[in-house]
This record gives sequence, structure tokens and C-alpha cells, in this order.
Amino acid sequence: MSVALQPAPALDVARVRRDFPILARTVRGKPLVFLDSAASAQKPRAVIEAMVRCMETAYANVHRGAYHLSEVATESYEAARAAAARFLNAADPREIVFTRNSTEAINLVAHSWGRGVMRPGQAVLVSEMEHHANLVPWQMLRDDGRGIELRVCRVTDEGELDLEDLAAKLADGKVGLVAVTHMSNVLGTVTPAERIVALAHAHGAKVLLDGSQAAVHRRVDVRAIGCDFYCFTGHKLYGPTGIGVLWARLEHLERMPPFLGGGDMIAGVTLERSEWAPPPAKFEAGTPPIIEAVGLHAALDYVAAIGLPAIEAHERALVDHAMRRLSGVEGLTLLGRARDRGGVFSFVLDNAHPHDLSTLLDRAGIAVRAGRHCAEPLHARFGLEGGTCRASFGLYTTREEIDLLADALVRAREFFA
Amino acid sequence: MFDDLRDLYQEVILDHGRRPRNFRRLEDADRAARGDNPLCGDRLELWLKLAPDGRIADAAFLGRGCAISMASASLLTETVKGKTPEQAKALGEKVRTLAMTGACPECDGALAEDMERLAPLSGVHEFPSRVKCATLAWHTLKAALEGSKEATSE
Repeated sequence: MSVALQPAPALDVARVRRDFPILARTVRGKPLVFLDSAASAQKPRAVIEAMVRCMETAYANVHRGAYHLSEVATESYEAARAAAARFLNAADPREIVFTRNSTEAINLVAHSWGRGVMRPGQAVLVSEMEHHANLVPWQMLRDDGRGIELRVCRVTDEGELDLEDLAAKLADGKVGLVAVTHMSNVLGTVTPAERIVALAHAHGAKVLLDGSQAAVHRRVDVRAIGCDFYCFTGHKLYGPTGIGVLWARLEHLERMPPFLGGGDMIAGVTLERSEWAPPPAKFEAGTPPIIEAVGLHAALDYVAAIGLPAIEAHERALVDHAMRRLSGVEGLTLLGRARDRGGVFSFVLDNAHPHDLSTLLDRAGIAVRAGRHCAEPLHARFGLEGGTCRASFGLYTTREEIDLLADALVRAREFFA
Repeated sequence: MFDDLRDLYQEVILDHGRRPRNFRRLEDADRAARGDNPLCGDRLELWLKLAPDGRIADAAFLGRGCAISMASASLLTETVKGKTPEQAKALGEKVRTLAMTGACPECDGALAEDMERLAPLSGVHEFPSRVKCATLAWHTLKAALEGSKEATSE
């Protein structure tokens, strides 16, 4: 973890909340307490307005027309790519591929790198705490008859990546790619990205980090981390749905065959064959998510204006507060106790099933997610096949909302007593 | 804080959810099926023993799930005993209507008494995401009676 040399300018949460129109509404007569940002975050006015402005004043298809509107739209779309590159501190905007979401970004790598670059006898190494998005594509690759093995790194009882197990599973040098989360969507655990990369690279393996959660909560510098692939999704980062980002080193993108075929990804086409455009166009077949890219750009600008250091500090205070308050709720068990964690808490109450509990909390205006959060193997690992409830924070989350949650949990336990 | 949820979580539901009846395996069952709500993780296995005349002589289940799905399965095992397969399936159809609409206009007649007993399940109709909790056991019953092994209420 990096240590800030100067205290970050504090985040004014009351002011931030005014930027999010939806936070003014009530649910079942109560003020909305939205604690499901890990599933999808709410949108600030800046994002909403940027998308509307694009459609009202500057919209046409990109990379096609030699007319003013198309040129303006192309500029906006490419400016979003440059913004995403800056956000990750990528060396070159050409290393940014727009996808629909993180799921598509990982599928792209599984398809193009896994089927096009990896060799029979090599293995992919994931962990027990992956979201299904970073597990299922690799199972499909394994089952594709190409002789690719799938290995799974264990998670400790504290909910951390078992680095000894990681090293042991890398030892024979057969792992071609380590694909792990940068922050668990269930445990909140932030994984030690630099150490994972050092271990993997020492054994000849490339590294993909699923940053769907981490990119929302931490400053991500792909060059400092040293990974090979990184992905995140717009809608969890206060941007729109329908747009995600895959970052990959340019040398990798150049080696990889295309994922989807179609318009915009070609250099030339005859009836017999086609030649691919250079990256990133090679991986962006068809009309891309133009309006969504504009929205994502606005979201990245919005986050940058508040400042990742301020967001991190705000969240650290929320995490400490939540730890204190939730630990005080009788009968409540928190899943995972990682030293380095973000604002995601999964828990079970001893006398209430997660679905009954979320129905009760909803009555109090509190939105939490119940279930297995697209991480069934992790729930099985902790013997919680019936699922958990999950409260997750955004930059608009307040201490008072955590207090409301803790109080409601105490009342819920009484209700089911 | 949660007083208005007493319609959904009536005492009958809480009681059967906490202490489900007939919560055991039927070793000599004639019919069995597994029910699954893959999205929420609810899962149950239902066994039926048939009498020589074809009526349901015994019903039992094992599984895991929320108070509503456990209570619904528990109530099912109590109400289908003594029913013919056709009557049991008809009851299941009515429970589905009850769970989805909160009412059952054609519930008088032969099954009126049973439906009265199952009425506490009607509370879910105001909670669209919870209807499947109440219906899972009844989908499983239908699957068991029709000879399929798996049921889902997704």
C-alpha cells in the first residue's frame, strides 16, 4: 500500500450526494439508503448530462463519415479512450479496448489470448474468490479441447489470497496466465497486485487483474503494478452500463487474433479474406458504445475531480466505522477479515436467511444484495451455500447510513427471534 | 420498524420456517424430485410415498432456503397427504395463483379448507422477487408427480 505524503483533501459527502439525483428519492416512504454500489453504482448528474448533450448536439456514428458530426463524435469517443488510458496510467491510448463490461473484456482475453496465443499443456491460474466472470470463461477455455489446464489458488480463512499456494501452483512453470481479482466483490479483500505480478512473471506467467471493484476504490497504475491485462466496467464507476475497458500491453494486443469479426475491425476485406486493423480497432467490431464512452469519460472526470486519494480516505473511514458497528451486532458473522480491504461487507445473521433479511432491510429503505453475488465457489469455500447479504459502499455513502444498517440488523434479529 | 411485514411473515410462516414439519428423507419413496432456485441458492428435495389406491400416503422434504421457501415446503407436506396426484397438482396451481396475485377466486369448493391453511403464503404477491420462494416446493411437487427429476421456479 502506498502512503500519502500529504493529507488528501477531504471528501465533502453532503456535496457529493447532491450530485446524484437518485439519492433524493424515497423508497417505501423512507430515504433511500443505497448499499449496493458493488453491483452497480448510481450516476452523477455530470454523467447523465454528458450523455444527453452528446445525443442532443454531437451524435453520429464514429470512424465512418467525413462529415462534421461524425468527426465530432469520433473525437469524443477517442477522447474517452485517452481518459481511460490516463485513469490507468497506461503508456498509450491504443492499449485501451472498449468492451461492453468486464465480463466481455475477460472473455476477449480468454478467446484471443487463451485460444490464439497460449499453447497446449499450459495452464490458467485463477483463485477461489473470483466472480463468475473471471472463472467461467476459463472453464470454457479448459473444456475447449485445446489442452489448457485450469488451476485454482486457495483463499485463506481470513479471506486473503494464499500466496504460498499461488507460488506452489506456479512452480512447474506451466502456468501461462494468472487471472485474479484485484478486489473481491464478496470479501472486500484487496489482493497484493504487485506481489502477484512479481511471482507470476518470475515463473513465466502473464497476469490479468479483474479490477471491476478495485478501480472504483483505489488508484490503479497499471505500469506500477506491472500486470499484462487489466479490466474494469463503467457502471460500477458511476458511469453508464454497456461500456467496459480492457487494458493490455500493446505488444500483447498486437499478437492476439481478433475476438469478434465485423465492421471497423478490418484494414481490408475481399470476398475471400480480410486483414485486421491494428489495435485497438482490431478488437472493436461493429458500432461501439459511443454515448456510453462519453458517459464513462464524464464519470472518470468526475472521479478525478474529487480525487482518488480523497475517495480512498473517505472509504477507509467508512470501512473502519462499518467494522466497529457491524462487529457489535449480536449474531452477525462477517465473511472475511482481510488486512487490506475495501468497502464491501458480506455477512450472515444467525436467525435470518439472507433473502428474508434483505426483504426486511428493504422495508427500512436499505438496499443490500442477497445471494451469492456471482461467486458460488467462494460461498461454498466458506460453507455458505445459502448465500450472504452484502452491503457495499460508494463515494456517496455516509456513516449515518452504516448506523442505519447496523440498527436495522439488530431489529431484524429481534423480528426473527 | 418492520410491523408492516407481518403480512408477509405471519406467525405460521415464521413457525414453519424455523421448525419445518416432515423435514426428513423418505427412504421408501415412490416419487422424488429436486427443486432448485439457482439465482438465490434455495434447494430442496421432496419425497412422496403413494398408497395402493394412488393417493399420497406420506410426504417429506429436506433442503435449505429462506423462511418462506421452507415454510411453503413444510405446509405442502402437511396438505398433500391423502390427496390424489390430480388433487395435489390442482392445489399447486392454486398456490401459484395465490402467490402471484394474493387471491384465489376459484378456491372455494373441494380444496377450500386446504387453501385456507395455505393462505399465509399469499403475502409474497407484493414482493415480486419473493414469489419464487413460495412456489419452489410446489414446482417440485409437480415434477415429482410427473416423473421429472428436477424443477426450478426461475
